[in-house]
Amino acid sequence: MSETLLSVRDLRVAFPTRQGVFEAVRGVSFDLGRERLGVVGESGSGKSMTGRAILGLVRPPGKVTADRLTLDGQSILNLPERKMRAIRGSHISMVMQDPKFSLNPVVKIGDQIMEAYRLHAGRGSGNARDKALEMLAAVQIRDPERVMDAYPHEVSGGMGQRIMIAMMLAPDPEILIADEPTSALDVSVRTEVLNIMDRLVRDRGMGLIFISHDLNLVAQFCDRVLIMYAGRIVETIEAKNLHNARHPYTQGLLNSLPRLDQPVKHLPVLERQDSWRDAPLIDESMETELPGGL
Amino acid sequence: MLTVEGLDVWFGYPPDRVDAVQDASFTVAQGESFGLVGESGSGKSTILRAIAGLIDTWSGRIVVDDQQVEGRRRDRAFHKTVQMVFQDPYASLHPRHSVDRVLSETLKLQGMDDIDRRVQRLLDDVGLGRGFRFRYPHQLSGGQRQRVAIARALAAEPRLLLLDEPTSALDVSVQAEILNLMTDLRAEHGLTYVMVSHDLAVVGHMCDRLAVMQGGRIVEVMKVEDLRQGAASEAYTKSLIEASAGYVRA
Ligand SMILES: Nc1ncnc2c1ncn2[C@@H]1O[C@H](COP(=O)(O)OP(=O)(O)OP(=O)(O)O)[C@@H](O)[C@H]1O
Ligand SMILES: Nc1ncnc2c1ncn2[C@@H]1O[C@H](COP(=O)(O)OP(=O)(O)OP(=O)(O)O)[C@@H](O)[C@H]1O
Ligand SMILES: [Mg+2]
Ligand SMILES: [Mg+2]
Repeated sequence: MSETLLSVRDLRVAFPTRQGVFEAVRGVSFDLGRERLGVVGESGSGKSMTGRAILGLVRPPGKVTADRLTLDGQSILNLPERKMRAIRGSHISMVMQDPKFSLNPVVKIGDQIMEAYRLHAGRGSGNARDKALEMLAAVQIRDPERVMDAYPHEVSGGMGQRIMIAMMLAPDPEILIADEPTSALDVSVRTEVLNIMDRLVRDRGMGLIFISHDLNLVAQFCDRVLIMYAGRIVETIEAKNLHNARHPYTQGLLNSLPRLDQPVKHLPVLERQDSWRDAPLIDESMETELPGGL
Repeated sequence: MLTVEGLDVWFGYPPDRVDAVQDASFTVAQGESFGLVGESGSGKSTILRAIAGLIDTWSGRIVVDDQQVEGRRRDRAFHKTVQMVFQDPYASLHPRHSVDRVLSETLKLQGMDDIDRRVQRLLDDVGLGRGFRFRYPHQLSGGQRQRVAIARALAAEPRLLLLDEPTSALDVSVQAEILNLMTDLRAEHGLTYVMVSHDLAVVGHMCDRLAVMQGGRIVEVMKVEDLRQGAASEAYTKSLIEASAGYVRA
């Protein structure tokens, strides 16, 4: 792997609930280089929470702990909000799972993108409007002029998702955490949006954490994949080998996909095993001795 | 069960008027499952919203269960017959209402009894255990919220379900569970579905026929068998089918 941008060891996120403390993330460890790292796993397995914890966005009473959480060698664990905001503005961006929810509903889309751009490039930095139009066109928005003047409720689900991607890429981040960034896109627009992210990784050396339910897509688009179950990483594997995954959970996920060429009446579903919660990590490379894997 | 004829939907006024849907027509038989696929921003959600009575700027004909509807007016019987699951599960759940309240209020509104048992049954159906009953939306993951939204739509025991990307926020194993549940409900109760999805494999699994949309228009209505064979007549549909085969790095 290329040089390490982000290093995470034994990351945990816990919430007090009526039934006692609930650990949404239970000891996650990995390093991110200048690569496309896929994160897959079932609903509720802690994918989004891992991303939020890295960015300091877990709201109290949630608690984040880790043996290590470093960006370019500097610890970013539980930094004061002011410092964290500076990091979020310029070093790490996150495209949230629900884009329209993260946009300000009463501010025009164009104004929000221009603001994101100015924050990074400084006031009076050229023509923010042109830059914003350019970014909307890059994410395949058909009529960028209209969308600049629209409010978030006036755009479709997939347009909201692309607007959010344009905004998060405006500050030219070192690391992008993209949480289901293409789940509302039709396949042809999706390809264009993925190409943008791909170029940023290849040409500018960005690190990408790509959270997705789409196993086929992750297998084709990413370099490596982390598979999460119940708050832990249960398997790590080269993306191109995903279809030969060894963990029964990963295999179960793969089997439950509907296929155009093989119609069935009922789809196979996962038979979850309690033992998966704490079983040791299956690491393809088997080089690591770190619990939680790399 | 549903007829849409010459449907036009627009937003705003000239010169800023957006013609979101233009001259869309399709029919869905009782017990049929109909897919809507196509370009992002092509008007799929807008069609469902116009049927559900959430938009008043439309013209054309919409007939549900032999009743022609007008503007945004929908009577009680309509809401008993038709339920919608929205694309955006966050916006469609009240942030201060617990899962229990969302479901029991819907059940009460429909005049149902035995609320406690029904709530539990609905949660079981969508694969949410007991621990989730008293949670609030912000304490749920994306897929868990979507399952609450699906449970709420099922609570009314509707006969026509309008589903806008019902499983795109769900992981594949939960997706399989929900799709199986929907298959069974349709077989048992003769439900009718109109389902928007960008996932052609999901549409292929769930639907009998589908309409393909681009730029506000329906470019093609086809049988699912033709989708499986890749036998599309329109160039746009062909490109969609090709692109769905997978991502190829540029
Ligand atoms: N405020 C909270 N209090 C208690 N539990 C919470 C809270 N927020 C999230 N959770 C729980 O944390 C777990 C992990 O949530 P997370 O959002 O990371 O899931 P996810 O893997 O992203 O799932 P999805 O694919 O459905 O988005 C879930 O079981 C969720 O219910
Ligand atoms: N309230 C509104 N005001 C103005 N324009 C709107 C409004 N709602 C939708 N539109 C526009 O109508 C068009 C169709 O939107 P719609 O949400 O139906 O698309 P969609 O096919 O569902 O797309 P997606 O797959 O991305 O969800 C878009 O160009 C959108 O910007
Ligand atoms: Mg999530
Ligand atoms: Mg939509």
